[in-house]
Amino acid sequence: MAATAIAIVRSRKLFAAVMLSGIFSLIAAVFYVHLTAVDVAFTEAAVGAGISTLLFLATLALTHTSTEEPHKPVRPLPLLIVVVTGAVLIYGTLDMPAYGDPEAPPNTHVIPRYINESGTEVGVPNIVTSVLASYRGYDTLGETVVIFTAGIGVLVLLGRGRRRWRPGLKSKNEDDEPGRGAEA
Amino acid sequence: MNRHSILRVVAKFMIPYIMLFALYVQFHGDFGPGGGFQAGVIFAVGFILYALIFGIENGRKVLPAGVNRILLAGGVLLYAGVGVAGLLLEGNYLDYFVLAHDPVHGQHLGILLVELGVGITVASTMIALFYVFSGQDVRR
Amino acid sequence: MNVLGLFNYWIVVILMMAGFYVVIAQENMIKKLVGLNVFQVAVFVFYISMSKIDGATAPILGDEFEVYANPLPHVLILTAIVVGVATTALGLALIVRIRDAYDTVEDDEIQRIEETEA
Repeated sequence: MAATAIAIVRSRKLFAAVMLSGIFSLIAAVFYVHLTAVDVAFTEAAVGAGISTLLFLATLALTHTSTEEPHKPVRPLPLLIVVVTGAVLIYGTLDMPAYGDPEAPPNTHVIPRYINESGTEVGVPNIVTSVLASYRGYDTLGETVVIFTAGIGVLVLLGRGRRRWRPGLKSKNEDDEPGRGAEA
Repeated sequence: MNRHSILRVVAKFMIPYIMLFALYVQFHGDFGPGGGFQAGVIFAVGFILYALIFGIENGRKVLPAGVNRILLAGGVLLYAGVGVAGLLLEGNYLDYFVLAHDPVHGQHLGILLVELGVGITVASTMIALFYVFSGQDVRR
Repeated sequence: MNVLGLFNYWIVVILMMAGFYVVIAQENMIKKLVGLNVFQVAVFVFYISMSKIDGATAPILGDEFEVYANPLPHVLILTAIVVGVATTALGLALIVRIRDAYDTVEDDEIQRIEETEA
């Protein structure tokens, strides 16, 4: 995974970077299965490797960016910032509970209640589903509204109102385009 | 895309299974891994595959953008509506216990409807994104 | 302290910093968004690592299992992934609009255009 990430940093071709990020998501999904988070792995595989790669490719096609960038040397100031931040974060992890520790604080507070009671209270075997839809229904409602809002935002940005913003454009582009009329 | 007959045949074979799998994930999410978020994405992927292979115009005929937009709002409204139904039945907002006579059945029903709302919203958002990004004209 | 137990978090930090470097050092906005995605996945891995319990199975109730992984981070990240792709799409839409207005998606070129116009 780290190797893919570094390949993304170093790749000069945008297309390669987008493809590598798809691979990165798939590897992350495999890693989630190893960490027994099957629901998350499922989502990551479908979303990260499927939809977001597709969207990135669509944007590449729309923006016509030059796929080959000139080689840029490693820039010292950002590198310094990154190294310092990373060192601070690693220093922070020294206080973290060890990996897989059942007594770690995140695993002891409200979780036993979910695990022990959800079977009788909600009657759904998949605890993730019962927490998602029932115990934390407000959260999920909020998330759904966020997705809805993002969708509306994209529609506003790229939908019907788009041509008004370029008054200098030829009228030919505005009227007889197949697809645009159907979208609007 | 008309020339790629292999693609078309394989896609024709695959799409019904993708859709069926999405529905399975949607309604089996209570018992195994899955749920509205995943199902919505898988359904949208199946639809996008159709639109890519058979042309976006044909895709728009199957699901017009206007209908998709109504579904987009409808999913959120379904979710919020389940909450309001809980209120009307003298419970708290998003309280599923009152939806049926048996509290556990009420939870089942509530989760099913809420997941359906999530699934519809996610699927139609993804399809809307695809429509918008593919509907752009490529200038220069 | 068991140093090997922290290895996972170090991987997360490395991934996060790789994404961070792309965000602050690259001029191309699409590349920046790819970096942001890497950063985002690093945060997801961090959460999921915390939910891992030794010998635990996936949080789906069954008669033959005793120990389950922590379901709460799974729920949070599950929704965050889908929200993440929706917001990424919003960012990409903004990039398309920026390219409409400036004919470029490179940060420094946009700055140059702004300065010459002002």
